[in-house]
Amino acid sequence: MGQIVFYILAAIIIVFAVAAVNSRKILHSVIYLLFVLASISGIYFLINYTFLGALQLAIYAGGVIVLIIFSVMLTHNIDSKLETASVTSKILAGILSIAGVATTLFAIYTYQFTPVKNFNAIEITDIGTKLLSYERGGFILPFEVISLLLLAILIGAIVIAKGQHLIEQEYKQNQQ
Amino acid sequence: MTDLFTTYTGSVLQMLLIAAGYLGFFAIAGLLLVWLERRVAAFFQLRLGPNRVGPFGLMQTIADALKLLSKELTGTDKADKFLYNLAPYFVIITALIALAVLPFSQQIQAFDINIGLFFLTAVSSVGVIGILLGGWSSNNKYALIGAMRSGVQTVSYELSVGLSLLTMVLLTGSLQLSEIIEVQKDGWLIVQGHVPALIAFLIFMIAGTAETNRAPFDLVEAESELGAGFHTEYSGMKFAYFFLAEFINMFIIAAIAVVVFFGGWLSPFGITESLPWLGAFWFLGKTLVIIFLMMWFRWTFPRLRVDQILTLEWKYLLPINLFNIVFMAVIIWLNLEIKF
Repeated sequence: MGQIVFYILAAIIIVFAVAAVNSRKILHSVIYLLFVLASISGIYFLINYTFLGALQLAIYAGGVIVLIIFSVMLTHNIDSKLETASVTSKILAGILSIAGVATTLFAIYTYQFTPVKNFNAIEITDIGTKLLSYERGGFILPFEVISLLLLAILIGAIVIAKGQHLIEQEYKQNQQ
Repeated sequence: MTDLFTTYTGSVLQMLLIAAGYLGFFAIAGLLLVWLERRVAAFFQLRLGPNRVGPFGLMQTIADALKLLSKELTGTDKADKFLYNLAPYFVIITALIALAVLPFSQQIQAFDINIGLFFLTAVSSVGVIGILLGGWSSNNKYALIGAMRSGVQTVSYELSVGLSLLTMVLLTGSLQLSEIIEVQKDGWLIVQGHVPALIAFLIFMIAGTAETNRAPFDLVEAESELGAGFHTEYSGMKFAYFFLAEFINMFIIAAIAVVVFFGGWLSPFGITESLPWLGAFWFLGKTLVIIFLMMWFRWTFPRLRVDQILTLEWKYLLPINLFNIVFMAVIIWLNLEIKF
C-alpha cells in the first residue's frame, strides 16, 4: 500500500516539477510548485513523520507560496507571458540538471541505508527539549541564531516599509 | 497483482467509505448551517426568515442547492481558465482535509496524529491560496481587490489563531486532539486556565472569525464596495463550493474552540460519563453554540475597514497574545490552575 502511494506521489512530484519549469505563465508555475511541495509533505506523512509534513504544509504551501502569489499578483497582468529561454541557456540548464541528477543518484546508490527497527512517530516534546537543550546534541545555538536573524529581518522590514523620508523626519524631530 | 488487490481492497474500501460518510455528513451540515444562518439573521432583524419549504423552512436550502446545481456555469472569456476552475477546489478540499483530525467522540476520529492542532493550523493556512487564485484569475478588479484583502487578513490573523492555541497547549502539554480532551477530564481548559484561558478564547474567537472572512471581517466580499469580492465572477456550483467552504470553515473554527477550550465530547461535569455514545451529541451541541455566537457577531457588529483590521491585529491582539503566553506560563509555573 505504502509503495503504491509513494509511486503515485513521486509521479505527481516529477510531472508537476517539469510542468512548473515549462509553463510560460508564472502563476501556473507557482501552482505546479505548490503541488510539488504538497506531494513532498504527503511523502513525509507516508513515512509517519507527521511533524515535518505539517511543517512543510505550513511553511512552504501556506507561507512561501502565498508570498510568491502576492508578489506575482502585484507585478503581473493576467495576459503577461514569460519569454521562452534561448537555446544556449536551455542546453546549459539541461547539462546542469543532468549533473544534479547524477550526483543525487550516485549519493543514493553508494550510501548504505540501514532500516530503523521499531520506529515510533516522533514526539513533539522531544523536538522541543532538543531545540532548547545546551547539552551534547542540543540545538540551542542554531535556535538562538535563527531567532536573532528573524529579529533582524523584522526590523529591516519595518525600516524599509517606513521609507527613507519618514525616518529622516523622525531623526530631525528627535534632534530638536 | 491480484494478491496485492485482495490485501488492500479492505483498507481502501474502508477509507473510501469513511470519506464518503464525511462528505455526505458535511454536505448536509453545510446546508443546515446556511438555513440556520438565515433563520438567525431573521431572528436578529425581527423577521421570520425562510419558513415556506418544509417544516420551519428546513428544505429551503436543499431547494437552493438543487437550483445552484442545475444552473449554467458562466465564466469570463478573458479569465485564466485553468486557475479559475481550480480555485474553488482548493478552498473546499483544504476545508475537508481539516475535518479529518476533528474528534467527534471518543471513537469517531478519522486521523488522530500527535500534532493534530498544528496540522489544523497548517492546513487552514493553505485555503487562502484558493481565494487569491480565484480573485486573480477572474480578471476582474473587484475580485482582485477582494483577494488581496483576504490575503492580507488571513496571513495576519493566522498569527493570533496560532498563538492563542499555543497558550492553551501550555496547559495540555500535547498537540494531539484526543489527548487535549483527555486532559480536560479534570475540568475544561477554560476553567483550568481561568484568566489567561479566557483572554486566549476571546482572541481565538476574534481571529477565528477573521480567518473565515466572516462579518465583521468580511471586507473580502464587502457587498457595498466590491460586488461579491473574490467570487464575483463565479456562478452555479463553483460559487456553491466557496459558499459551502465558508460554512465548513466556520464549523472547523467552532470545533477547534470546543476541543481546546470546552472539553470536546466530554459532557459538562461528567453527567453522561456512563453513556459514551453521547459524546458526538455533546461535541456537536457545543459546536453549534459557538457557531451561533459567530452568527451573533455577524449581525451585531459593523464591518471594519482594512486599516482598522490590521491595527487590531498587529497593535492589539498580537502584543496581548504574547503577554498572555507569558502570563499562562507563570500560572502553570506557580501551579495556579483550577482542577477538580
